[in-house]
Amino acid sequence: MDALEIARWQFGITTVYHFMMVPLTIGLGLVVAIIQTLWYRTGKPEYLRMTKFWGKLFLINFIMGVATGIVQEFQFGMAWSEYSRFVGDVFGAPLALEALLAFFVESTFLGLWIFGWKQLKRGVHLACLWIAVIGSLFSAYFIIVANSWMQHPVGVEMIDGRPVMTDAWAVFTNNTALVAVPHTLFGALGVAGAFLLGIAWYHLWRRRHDGIDTVGKDGRLIPGSAAIPGRDKADYTVWIRSLRIGAVVAMISFAGTALTGDLQGKLMFEQQPMKMAAAEAACHDGTGFSVLSVGNLGGKNCDDIVAVIEVPGILSYLAKGDFTTEVKGVNSLLSEYQEKYGTHLPDNALYGDRAGAEIQYVPVMEVTYWGFRMMIGFGGIAAFAALLALWVTRKGAVPQARWLMRLAVFGILAPFGANAAGWIFTEMGRQPFVVAPNPDPSGIDQVFMFTAAAVSPGVSAGEIMASLVVLSAIYAVLLVVEVRLLVKYVRGGVASAMPELAHATTDGAEKDKRDGGTPPSAGADDVLAFAY
Amino acid sequence: MELLPTIWFIAIAVLWTGYLFLEGFDLGVGMLMKLFARNDAERRVLLNTIGPVWDGNEVWLLTAGGATFAAFPLWYASLFSALYLPLLLVLVALIFRAVAFEYRGKVDSERWRNGWDWAIALGSFFAAFGVGAALALTTTGLPLDANGDRDGGPFAWFNGYAVLGGLAVVAFALVHALAFLALKSDGEVRHRARGTFVRWVPLAALPMLGWSVAVQFISGKPWTWALTAVALCAAAAAWWLASRGREGRPFMALALFIAASAASIFGAAYPVVLPSTLDPAFNLTVANASSSDYTLGLMSVVAAFGLPLVIAYQAWTYWVFRRRVSVDVIPAAHGFLPAIASKVLAGSDGSGAAGAGKTGR
Ligand code: HDD
Ligand code: HEM
Ligand code: HEM
Repeated sequence: MDALEIARWQFGITTVYHFMMVPLTIGLGLVVAIIQTLWYRTGKPEYLRMTKFWGKLFLINFIMGVATGIVQEFQFGMAWSEYSRFVGDVFGAPLALEALLAFFVESTFLGLWIFGWKQLKRGVHLACLWIAVIGSLFSAYFIIVANSWMQHPVGVEMIDGRPVMTDAWAVFTNNTALVAVPHTLFGALGVAGAFLLGIAWYHLWRRRHDGIDTVGKDGRLIPGSAAIPGRDKADYTVWIRSLRIGAVVAMISFAGTALTGDLQGKLMFEQQPMKMAAAEAACHDGTGFSVLSVGNLGGKNCDDIVAVIEVPGILSYLAKGDFTTEVKGVNSLLSEYQEKYGTHLPDNALYGDRAGAEIQYVPVMEVTYWGFRMMIGFGGIAAFAALLALWVTRKGAVPQARWLMRLAVFGILAPFGANAAGWIFTEMGRQPFVVAPNPDPSGIDQVFMFTAAAVSPGVSAGEIMASLVVLSAIYAVLLVVEVRLLVKYVRGGVASAMPELAHATTDGAEKDKRDGGTPPSAGADDVLAFAY
Repeated sequence: MELLPTIWFIAIAVLWTGYLFLEGFDLGVGMLMKLFARNDAERRVLLNTIGPVWDGNEVWLLTAGGATFAAFPLWYASLFSALYLPLLLVLVALIFRAVAFEYRGKVDSERWRNGWDWAIALGSFFAAFGVGAALALTTTGLPLDANGDRDGGPFAWFNGYAVLGGLAVVAFALVHALAFLALKSDGEVRHRARGTFVRWVPLAALPMLGWSVAVQFISGKPWTWALTAVALCAAAAAWWLASRGREGRPFMALALFIAASAASIFGAAYPVVLPSTLDPAFNLTVANASSSDYTLGLMSVVAAFGLPLVIAYQAWTYWVFRRRVSVDVIPAAHGFLPAIASKVLAGSDGSGAAGAGKTGR
């Protein structure tokens, strides 16, 4: 592998990983803020417990988003210096604004929320969480503006061979971004929804399994309570509410992603027709949507591919909103691209060993074809499962079957899969460009960059390999650590996130674990409402 | 003179100074977890003095990086790619440090805590060292070719300046953290911190002053020489004030020290942002590395509103958490509870015991 390929693997791995944490942060943050608002409004103890429990899991995950985000920010300069030089004038601004207007807000107000339970008035404390959550939405907006500019460059002119921003409004209201932002946010909600649903299901199941809750003759659940911290009747309410909120959120998410995804598809047919053709493995012009295509998707020769099940008209609907417009296939697009952007890479040192090589305009079709289907499929499965879950638990009880509980827990992974698949499709479908040309006839179509020219010329393959290995290894270890912590806190239930609950009921069994000696003085809570 | 690029050069110098000032003490506190704290309660005091603020401090680094990307893409590209391996080390350090803060208290076990304590201490050390080295090299030069790419392999950046800059930030962070602890903690920790501060400040200020003087010899101007002198006086004042038992003023004196040092260094380097040691013709300067005036203008408007706002709400955070932390107020350690399926229930239905086996730690 040469430096370019290693750098691409590294970017892909680190970004997909970052995007495991990010949607959970965005989605769960929003849900916790809503729950805490309910607590603020009603004062009901179950909402406080939900806030604390889901808030704990939120924080365990949040920190990983922070840790991996820093890598993202540095990586552009480290591994993609030529790219950074080329796009800096436009692409740097949203990144800088993200840090200035979003990250500062998120990190500062989240610190206030975590530590400020007692120092701040209840309303102010709640406001801090909302501000942090809104910060995370802004962060998503800015980064997607940056990404959308790579998908669809706007608002620039070429000056001395580099795009120079001339219209910031156009950049920040890029139509690609305006649909990708809500799509991504709905995708994030899906992650949060399935997370709530799966974990709440587990606890409801557990309560029945342990004999705390019973089911009456009419099939309705009769909540019970056990002499264990946090396993009283209110605990039941915590989980059944969480389950319902989760299911509703998951369904909203799917409806939202489907609506906005449809808009994205239509834009993509205009802006990156090759990506959409590759998503369909559509070699020839036509109107049909392939439900299943077989053959050698990865092969150079498009004619190997046979659509086994094809629904006529749907492709046209995705592209144009009618059922008859012919949509261009890979074959006709290929010659168009070759004509517009050349058949071979320029013979320029920037392209390294690839200078003068033939350009592969067709993205890896296995990835685009299956990526697209996995995104929709995983999202759809999660939404359908959420609907079923609501139906099954309408009388307040989850079935006692263990396998169903397992399914609900593993189902948490589905929306993660959908998100990852969607991004991998988007990013790999953009190849061979790192900045895809905007086919708009306004003259901007000369603003593009081949991925082959983007990597840092001064950095050796060995260095990038070193970082790829180091970062992947660390990420793998930390993933294990994070998941194990999450599992432990999930199993520990509400009381794990609320020591006060545990201390209230366990009679003095809690020994003083500090090696400093003296017991906390009166009023200590005012100094540290929360402590690391 | 190029007006907007110059303003942005100053803005980036301010962001780096803000970073060194704010994250300075929390990097130092991180290192002190192993160098200074004597038991777990003290370690938790240290941790909780920076608990609510460290992430906000770290964003100064991200903003400095992001602003460099936006305002001087060529500077960002050349510096970050030339320093590939040292920055990788910084990244690894920051990853472990961040995760350690959050996860350390999540499991109630000695081994677990000790492992993360090392992550915090080493993470803080390498982050401070790496950032210091990178900043020193951007003021003293790297072997860059005409395109701004590094010549001479993965370690071509290594030289005495890198070590000097790394030491400067590490040493500064350590004493700055001691001053911070004297201000933010109470009891034994507070008094020991002040004593240790007095002992080490004279030595700890040296590498930073050395770096400042080195840059003055390369490209100093009278006013930047004067700033070096100010930095020297500020360090002396910090020492003198602390030895007379003051706590707030030495901290502020160190703020002046870092501000004056940074200003003397960046001021002397101006208008070069990244010198090439191969050929001065390849130097990256405020003029040839910057973005267009349009982009810089846009960023200026946003920053003019954004930065004061950030400073205001971060200052408010420090005010909210102004109370001193001492071992007396540290609550008992707690991790997750294995509570859930307990024996209490075994027998209430036949399968309870089976579940209990699985949920134990
Ligand atoms: C839970 C997650 C999820 C779900 C259920 C869906 N998507 Fe999606 N999709 C994403 C999560 C996502 C994503 C990961 O967030 C992407 C990657 C880039 C982006 O903007 O969003 C994405 C990208 C993406 C793109 C590519 C945009 C581009 O390359 O510029 C299209 C066309 C769609 N989606 C369309 C759909 C449709 C028609 C769906 C129908 C139900 C759908 N998505 C469900
Ligand atoms: C929104 C901000 C993002 C930006 C600015 C961005 C930018 C980039 C860049 C510069 C590359 C390297 C060049 C290339 O190989 O094309 C890349 C590749 C990639 N990115 Fe993104 N990306 C973003 C988000 C994401 C997310 C969230 C994911 C996944 C979850 C993702 C997945 C990938 C993958 C898989 C590749 C490798 C593609 C390949 O090399 O074929 N990206 N992206
Ligand atoms: C390649 C592009 C990306 C870069 C450079 C990047 C950078 C970062 C950085 C530096 C952080 C840490 C902030 C802190 O210390 O508080 C972070 C966190 C975050 N990022 Fe990313 N990111 C990228 C991709 C994405 C994408 C695609 C999204 C959203 C759609 C996103 C959303 C977030 C959010 C919401 C956070 C804060 C929550 C958390 O830390 O988990 N990022 N990112």
